[in-house]
Amino acid sequence: MLTAAEIEDGLDDAMKEEAKRVIDIDKLSLTFQTNDGPVHALSEIDLKIDQGDFVSFIGPSGCGKTTLLRVIADLEQPTAGSITVNGVSPEEARLKRAYGYVFQAAALYPWRTIAKNVALPLEIMGLSRAEQQQRIARNMELVNLAGFEQKFPWQLSGGMQQRASIARALAVEPDLLLMDEPFGALDEIVRDHLNVQLLELWAKTNKTVVFVTHSIPEAVFLSTKIVVLCPRPGRIYDVIESDLPRQRDLDIRESPEFLKIAHRVRDGLRAGHSYED
Amino acid sequence: MTDTALSSPRSLSPFAGLMSGTAGPVVVVVLAIIAIWYLGAIALNAAFQQDTYERAGRTDVPLVEFIGDTLAQERPKLPAPHQVAVELWKTTVEKKITSKRSLIHHSTITLSTTLLGFFIGTSLGILLAVGIVHSGVLEKSLMPWVISSQTIPVLAIAPMIIVVLGNSGITGLLPKALISTYLSFFPVTVGMVKGLRSPEVIHMDLMHTYSASRFQTFWKLRLPYALPYLFTSMKIGMAASLVGAIIGELPTGAVAGLGARLLAGSYYGQTIQIWSALFMAAFLAGSLVALIGLTEKLTLKRMGLSR
Repeated sequence: MLTAAEIEDGLDDAMKEEAKRVIDIDKLSLTFQTNDGPVHALSEIDLKIDQGDFVSFIGPSGCGKTTLLRVIADLEQPTAGSITVNGVSPEEARLKRAYGYVFQAAALYPWRTIAKNVALPLEIMGLSRAEQQQRIARNMELVNLAGFEQKFPWQLSGGMQQRASIARALAVEPDLLLMDEPFGALDEIVRDHLNVQLLELWAKTNKTVVFVTHSIPEAVFLSTKIVVLCPRPGRIYDVIESDLPRQRDLDIRESPEFLKIAHRVRDGLRAGHSYED
Repeated sequence: MTDTALSSPRSLSPFAGLMSGTAGPVVVVVLAIIAIWYLGAIALNAAFQQDTYERAGRTDVPLVEFIGDTLAQERPKLPAPHQVAVELWKTTVEKKITSKRSLIHHSTITLSTTLLGFFIGTSLGILLAVGIVHSGVLEKSLMPWVISSQTIPVLAIAPMIIVVLGNSGITGLLPKALISTYLSFFPVTVGMVKGLRSPEVIHMDLMHTYSASRFQTFWKLRLPYALPYLFTSMKIGMAASLVGAIIGELPTGAVAGLGARLLAGSYYGQTIQIWSALFMAAFLAGSLVALIGLTEKLTLKRMGLSR
């Protein structure tokens, strides 16, 4: 399986030579030292992500999918191997504000209005007031929150709060969007709706998205590349290049191509998960 | 259906109307306290009253007159509520503020000490907390002193502060205010350390992804998060500051201030004067804390934190 993935990777490299490499991960491992001994959160991860890819990390809890995303964001430090983001170390990339990060919870500041929340990273970047206003308006529009600028977070539904947090990440205008189970806490219908919106956004902006989820339909529906991880130690079990068209609507989930990919993801999750322990 | 079933037994109770709002219970508690106070005053002052009658050779005093007399002594062990009320009225409304016997005059002196001490204490408390939160070395070196400072009885250290500062030529308001500071910086330090550390991990991570500086993280995240804690600590600090101001007035020779009134009252057995000074102090503390509460409400409302 691994060799197949490697061959696929190699072919992929040859085909997309002109595409810019955004993330290059090579034999990366991360071991947490705990009182109960070392925990191998990530082991020998090899992964390449190109400009414009929509990559999903999927796997059961404890497989290291969030940890891997946090390594890319320089929120965790790997203990072995190498990683570059836009050709530089994650720390340099972070200092250059190369990415926007969307957390599992909206993490809006309760004392700031929605517009002020979106402005937060812009204030930190030291942008001019006029520039801030422009970016707020543009990104609120992009996530369909225009008109809610002066509301406080608690006045918005969970789905709207998460959209506001996406607008906040987009306001940085990064080429790379890192999303950690952003819709995990939302109900199915809202999640479907936001998935469609996210795809539209991605198509409009040609950003690179790295998306963590534990929902198979969500991963298959969104992604151009699905990375299946398995736990103990956290490692890549399978990398699936999706042949679905980039323009998709929710109906595609009934198509045989979709179900075929979903089936392969499910197989990977099942095989990688050892139920004995 | 359910509504009538629920409300009908309630309306049978005679207290239904009285206890439904908040005013009812508050009034009941106040009346109970006053009643207990009167009973206590009668019980405590009875012995002295009996002595007085015996010396005067009176034996068969009617109960009503006896009770009336126990509540009208000049220097009772426990003055009755109306005696304290009358004294308060006389020393606030009927006396000129410039008079040495005006309670307003004494309150103003204690109030200015309290406010100065509170201001220094709060500033010091915030400063210490900021240092402690940002530096492990400062935390290890400062925190034990902060805590042990509060284990020393303030009554013991107050005269020493006054004497030491007096010998260095510092007299007047400041030495007394520093005793207020001594008591009021502590709750602010502890509350602010807690408050500045209260942002959730996810919010701190967010600032990290923005590559925010420590100052930006402090100003945009830690400080707003700590504000509710600050207001709570300030309320405690304000009350402590008033206690400190009164204690600070004791060793200065009891010239002026509510502390002076308390001390002079106890010298001359003027219990009514002591109690009215105590009530004035309680009223002052209550008003100051309420003022902070109001500021808190307005600030948090502006910040969208209270709904």
